[in-house]
Amino acid sequence: MRRNQVAVVGAAETTELGVIPHMSQIQLHADAALNAIADAGLKLSDIDGFATAVETPQQIAHYLGITPTWVDGTSVGGCSFMLHVRHAAAAIEAGLCKTVLITHAESGKSNIGRTPRMIGPDSLNGQFELPYGVSTPASLFPIPVLRYMKTHGITHEQLAMVAVVQREWAAKNPRATMKTPITVEDVLNSRMIAYPFRILQCCLVTDGGGALILTSAERARDFPQKPVYILGTGESVETPMVSQMQTFDSSRAFRVAGPLAFKEAGITHKDVDHLMIYDAFAHLPLFGLGDLGFMPHEDAGKFIAGGHTRPGGKLPLNTNGGGLSYMHSGMYGMYALQESVRQMRGIAPAQVQGAKISVCHGVGGMFAASGTIIFTNET
Amino acid sequence: MAEPARGRPKATPETQHFWDGARAGELRLQRCDACAQAYFPPRPFCPACGSRKVSTFKASGKATLYSYVIHHRPVPGFTPPYAIAVVALEEGPRMMTNIVDCPQTPDALELDMRLEVTFEKLDEAITLPLFRPAKD
Repeated sequence: MRRNQVAVVGAAETTELGVIPHMSQIQLHADAALNAIADAGLKLSDIDGFATAVETPQQIAHYLGITPTWVDGTSVGGCSFMLHVRHAAAAIEAGLCKTVLITHAESGKSNIGRTPRMIGPDSLNGQFELPYGVSTPASLFPIPVLRYMKTHGITHEQLAMVAVVQREWAAKNPRATMKTPITVEDVLNSRMIAYPFRILQCCLVTDGGGALILTSAERARDFPQKPVYILGTGESVETPMVSQMQTFDSSRAFRVAGPLAFKEAGITHKDVDHLMIYDAFAHLPLFGLGDLGFMPHEDAGKFIAGGHTRPGGKLPLNTNGGGLSYMHSGMYGMYALQESVRQMRGIAPAQVQGAKISVCHGVGGMFAASGTIIFTNET
Repeated sequence: MAEPARGRPKATPETQHFWDGARAGELRLQRCDACAQAYFPPRPFCPACGSRKVSTFKASGKATLYSYVIHHRPVPGFTPPYAIAVVALEEGPRMMTNIVDCPQTPDALELDMRLEVTFEKLDEAITLPLFRPAKD
């Protein structure tokens, strides 16, 4: 794919975020979609490409009343929307469609109109993981952490600092769910969920959604918003079973997707002004810093504990407060993309002044999938 | 209302030999006849080279503790806190399991500790391979 041929021209979250018991999951999709369409100055009938995850594309497209000529239902967990952006950019370049709408929404907290996700007893997960007492992602996602800590010399205090720093960002964001400052002691004394992780190292559970609209860079100039260009993209999958990851000291899916995006963008790590790394749990930013090549894993804990990712630091990371403090409806990737777009437009609540390149890295499942999008506001 | 039951695995044609083995007190793995790679979970071809010529064999049952969490939330059939572990089998593959005959604490559960397989009968169809600290 060529650089800067496709741009985000519409981006919006649901009108409300947090606890939204008066709206079903498909209506949250519609709320986000209508907000993004208004943001782009378009009409529903202008949309000819559509992508979504968890809900089927036919469900949401029909609910919205749109007739797409290009559809993507890739559903690989929380980074599905990074993959949708990548696929949409390729489709627009190939001439399959002109204007793509990507929606995400989840009634993650209120559970209104939500399709239950079941693991069959004869699936591989059902046979070889479920019988050992796994339940929520909190019982699965942190399983690699102790090995990661031992291999790379990461401390409990460093993993606590991830949550502390992200709360500092959240405090600057009026829409963040949790804004009260916390300390390392607060994190290490909070309720144990799945050792080594405590509740302040686990993502929030909220309701909400978001939507993006993409079109060719050539058309993007005529839209009301400042275009945010797609500079580089990458994707991969590894395994739906966390126990079957190649190793626990790194994520193969991250190591494939991240470098693909950097190579396509033609940038080095020094060029990155702003970074989002999907943080369902506190270890993910460390995996991301290491596997995307920003630094050796050994240095990632010290880097965050040293304040380099906090407000005013040299590598602003998860500037909306992240899944730990901003919001997490279940598939957080869309919110990371929204924050990257806000930063590139220059309108984020905690704006990184002069930021020109934003890297947005997502995870799906428990290291099962990965997608990386690199945005820029310059052509 | 009855308490919700613990998740019970159900075999498929490709995994039946594994569950038959566990019921007979054997941990069965597969190995590729072409490239000699041992692998798990079961399937009738080698994920390393694609060969359909594979053999099932009885694993030693020896393993080391690769990583774990100690889960503190209620799950049907389990009494928290309990460890959900991933062990590295001597033959190479890793598998999820529980660690028994051992306190479920960070002090007792030391990474790389030596383990051996043991079996817990859930019902007539399913016996689960679990691991305990090695005795020798």
